[in-house]
Amino acid sequence: MTAVTLSLKTTLRQRLDVSPLMPDNLAGRDPAEIAAIALHYGNRTEPVGHFFDIRITPDGDGLTFSPGDARFDYLGRGMAAGSIRVAGDAGAYVGYQMRGGTISVDGDVGIYCGAEMKSGEVHVRGNAGDFVGGALPGNRKGMAGGCLFIEGSAGDRVGDHMRRGLIVIEGDAGAYAGSRMIAGTIAIKGRLGPYPGYAMKRGTLVLAQAPAMLPATFNDCGTHTLGFLSLLFRSPVLHGRAFADFARRPPRVRRYAGDHASLGKGEILVLLPDP
Amino acid sequence: MNINGVEIDDTFAEAFPMKATRVIITAQNLKWAYHAAQAMTGFATSVIACGCEAGIERELDPSETPDGRPGIAAMIFAMGGKGLAKQLETRAGQCVLTAPTSALFAGITSGDPIALGKNLRFFGDGFQLSKKIDGRRYWRVPVMDGEFLCDESTCMVPAVGGGNFLVLAESQPQALAACEAAIAAMSTVPNVIMPFPGGVVRSGSKVGSKYKALNASTNDAFCPTLKGQTDTQLSPEIESVMEIVIDGLSEQDIKRAMRAGLDAVCRLGASSGIRRISAGNYGGKLGPFLFRLHEIMGQPS
Repeated sequence: MTAVTLSLKTTLRQRLDVSPLMPDNLAGRDPAEIAAIALHYGNRTEPVGHFFDIRITPDGDGLTFSPGDARFDYLGRGMAAGSIRVAGDAGAYVGYQMRGGTISVDGDVGIYCGAEMKSGEVHVRGNAGDFVGGALPGNRKGMAGGCLFIEGSAGDRVGDHMRRGLIVIEGDAGAYAGSRMIAGTIAIKGRLGPYPGYAMKRGTLVLAQAPAMLPATFNDCGTHTLGFLSLLFRSPVLHGRAFADFARRPPRVRRYAGDHASLGKGEILVLLPDP
Repeated sequence: MNINGVEIDDTFAEAFPMKATRVIITAQNLKWAYHAAQAMTGFATSVIACGCEAGIERELDPSETPDGRPGIAAMIFAMGGKGLAKQLETRAGQCVLTAPTSALFAGITSGDPIALGKNLRFFGDGFQLSKKIDGRRYWRVPVMDGEFLCDESTCMVPAVGGGNFLVLAESQPQALAACEAAIAAMSTVPNVIMPFPGGVVRSGSKVGSKYKALNASTNDAFCPTLKGQTDTQLSPEIESVMEIVIDGLSEQDIKRAMRAGLDAVCRLGASSGIRRISAGNYGGKLGPFLFRLHEIMGQPS
């Protein structure tokens, strides 16, 4: 196994499509071959060597961008295996249509992080833009599997058209979280913008804080102790991270069912404080 | 072989291949987990007429269960995969789904998957919800006390059924006391169940009957009241014989359980009225697994 480190050596003035730079794609290539890979940069095409210094370390693993840049788009697009780490920010479409492996971004990411991803794990230590785990305009299925962790806050429409998988936002989330959701689970620890669960069909929004407003098309189903939340909060993907404090006791929630303007089989679960 | 005055017959127990699965039943407290587990493993002493053999393997601490509640591990054995799947689903639906506060989880996660909540979910009449957590699909079925949470499937594995030994004693109370001691010791062995009531069977059977409709009948050679009437295997001082049947996930598991049980019986010894230990077999014709008593007792415990 070898580790590849790509060090940005220039200031980006345009968006840079880094989707060809994936562990699978770089495996077995020497620095010269990697340097020759063509990348879309604005309306031009430039080789990797134009932007990055390339270092290959034997006995290592994965691909590292150091530093990152908010203009890196399509990081890990369609990735199937391996790991990518970004020491800094990344741009839009991080993990777009990802099928496996792990992506870890130390800084912030742009819009459509984890959009239409099917498997694998994306971990963002900073903030994320709109449409986390969503579907691109015109597409009808968003995230369909895997895990997406945002340690900071996320923009509007988290999990738009989401179909399966888990999104965890440790900070705040914007408006329309879980909009048009088909299924899956979104857990948000911070505050929430207006219209959560807008037009959701199925799926679960787990909120650690009561939302400022709920759409009129969600009905109160009362307070409950739901066993699956124990499983979720105790699962290895969540354990020791956000919501770990809820794993210590059977979680009590207030359940709101909706969106009755749509199929109405979704739910917003608001975690209740200890009695 | 004689241990503490107890004669160990130079014979073997004969066992046969089965299919098995394990489920974990949790509830608000151990009392209700037991209610569900006892119902689910009830009427499951012998495949001869019950369709399966089932029993409680052990209690589970909350730290060992998926949802952090007290639980019970139960195992079900059947002669084939189809029969096992049917028995599991029927019993889960009628005995666990119905038990207050219960949840039902897979106890074996590798092997051939068989349905657990996969079809039980339809009880939810469209209100059921699925959740995939850590690669496993669970079903949340709304019920009158809240929600029934259930793994979609568990797995079945090849197993061994019919390990056994017979305790021959001078009196019925002494035979029972020895069997109780054996069951207490065997209950600590993982991967095995003793499916009969309290783990003990007093009506050991032989293959065949004088009645054409029956394929098994009383083991007259070990019936103390027939000592003067049949080709008996009992000496005059034996007044009562009881049997312990063991199903396990592997040959080794059954051997471990037999050894634990036999040790416990031998500890009581002849002074407690235990005279002999024997085993049930069919001349080696029934199953490929032979558990020789001398071999089991000859190995270091």
